[in-house]
Amino acid sequence: MTDTQQIAIDVRDAVKRYGDFTALKKISLSIMDNEFFTLLGPSGCGKTTLLRMIAGFEDVTEGAIFLFGDEIENLPPNKRPVNTVFQNYALFPHMTILENVAFGLEMRGTSKAEALKKAGEMLELVQLSQFSARKPSQLSGGQQQRVALARALAPQPKVLLLDEPLSALDLKLRKAMQLELKHLQRETGITFIFVTHDQEEALTMSDRIAVMSAGEMQQLGTPTDIYERPHNMFVADFIGETNLLEVSVDGIESGRATCHLGGGHELTCNAVEGIGVGSKVHMSIRPERLYMSDSPVETESLKGRIKENIFVGTDITTIVDLQDGPNFVVRTSNSDRGNKRIFEPGTEMFVNMELGAARLLAD
Amino acid sequence: MASKQFNIKSYTGFKAITLLCLVVLYAPLVVVTIYSFNASQSLTNWEGVSLRWYADVFTGPESGKFKTAAKNSFFIAIVAATVATTIATLAATGMVRGGRFRFRTVSFGLISLPLMVPEIVLAVATLIFFNSIGFERGLLTILLAHIAFCIPFAYLPISARMQGIEDSYEQAALDLYATKRQAFTKILLPLMMPGIISGFLLAFIVSLDDFIITNFVKGAGVETLPTAIFGSVKQGIKPNIMAISTMLLSVSIVMVTISYFVSKSDNTK
Repeated sequence: MTDTQQIAIDVRDAVKRYGDFTALKKISLSIMDNEFFTLLGPSGCGKTTLLRMIAGFEDVTEGAIFLFGDEIENLPPNKRPVNTVFQNYALFPHMTILENVAFGLEMRGTSKAEALKKAGEMLELVQLSQFSARKPSQLSGGQQQRVALARALAPQPKVLLLDEPLSALDLKLRKAMQLELKHLQRETGITFIFVTHDQEEALTMSDRIAVMSAGEMQQLGTPTDIYERPHNMFVADFIGETNLLEVSVDGIESGRATCHLGGGHELTCNAVEGIGVGSKVHMSIRPERLYMSDSPVETESLKGRIKENIFVGTDITTIVDLQDGPNFVVRTSNSDRGNKRIFEPGTEMFVNMELGAARLLAD
Repeated sequence: MASKQFNIKSYTGFKAITLLCLVVLYAPLVVVTIYSFNASQSLTNWEGVSLRWYADVFTGPESGKFKTAAKNSFFIAIVAATVATTIATLAATGMVRGGRFRFRTVSFGLISLPLMVPEIVLAVATLIFFNSIGFERGLLTILLAHIAFCIPFAYLPISARMQGIEDSYEQAALDLYATKRQAFTKILLPLMMPGIISGFLLAFIVSLDDFIITNFVKGAGVETLPTAIFGSVKQGIKPNIMAISTMLLSVSIVMVTISYFVSKSDNTK
């Protein structure tokens, strides 16, 4: 991101209430121009509500939404230069694929001939030209998805909103579409706001992610930020797999916090602002940051016993029982087996991690 | 029992009961249709195939009366079905797309109530209503009454259809810069069309067939086909009545068949 980059969507203190129920509690966020931005969270976290507020299908109870500096929260959907790819695609069943894609252009006042020509070009972009005369029902789910995308992109919106558009596709197609979406975003240079509950999808595609839960934003950052430096327990738990352990902080010295976990085990991690000596907090260690050995290797080594090895294709997941302490999950990549050791169940060994691999979390 | 399936076809007497039902339902219609081609003056003696009674309907002594009645009937049926369908379409749009409002269930009950009220009660009520507001009975009163009682018949297929249309289509239209009016005319209306046509045909048939209400609210001298037939029958049944009935029956069959195929053609899939 450069300094000259504009803010595409600016949400300021947006609140959404349905009667007594508050779906969104004062959300503020700025989405930059040309950004692939993802709203990520479990169902009911308010991500779709926020998207629908930007599209104009939901009123904003309090707060404001700006689109490139213009206040839009009181405009009807047809007056907002943003388009939506709906979860169920909502392709008009009585129109051909070409007419579907041309619809937005025609409604904007482009002549029919011109609209159809541009729609044809859009269909070329998503490689569906040969289907332009068909009805939506004659297309497969993946093709319908691409038509929905072409239809929403055809009027050249300033921002494209995508409401879990990949959730109806099977895994292989979903992976392919993830890359296609990302390429399309780069090619068109249009800001994409993508809603999903799939953390892997969010990590794969996004420039930045807003993790949401219970109507609040939990963390905003790049995929690496969110994965490597989760702010709180919810984010650490929701994104990827992790070992969440309860620890008490014994001492803090020069940026390092000494903590102990059950069974007399000790660990040093980076100190976090707001977590002082004596606090009982959670700590997160990603399973792939751990490795096993006969004898302690790093300064942070914990003694334990192998409980179980689980083969999951690309990795081997090992469950380690720390004596009198919690269980650890250790993941060893299959490609790494030359360097890293796998022990038989029942073997006593050490679990090692680099200093800083473990993170203290605010609750 | 040979069949262990719980198929109703395997029940004892299934065939016999089915046959009985079909005979009870259709035997009178079949008899009337066959005897309308009878060459005889008599209702019951078969004397060979002939179209004489069809000719009689168009050229016989009663032909003038029947022609006027048929014109009235078709005029009333077309106008009443058109107006009723328009009102029903708007009502369905309001009821299905109006979100939740307080009297939604009550409104739905009110719209469909006339279907359950005995027709004679409706007829008497309509007559009293026209009398109390001082309306002179004639073609207009028949037309107004028909519009009113056709609305629920048109409403049912239209609202059933509309409930099957997700509102995301209209949202997508609005999202793609259509005004609310354009979203209605370009998206919702075409999707509703099978329901609307089906509702129109149903209303048309109901209006064309109606006797009781028409007989109450028609003025002296104004006849529709059913009342003209009834008037003619009072002076003794002649075979020309069977010919008219058969023609009326064919119109109904054609309409119902069209309605069936239209409602089956699902353009949302």
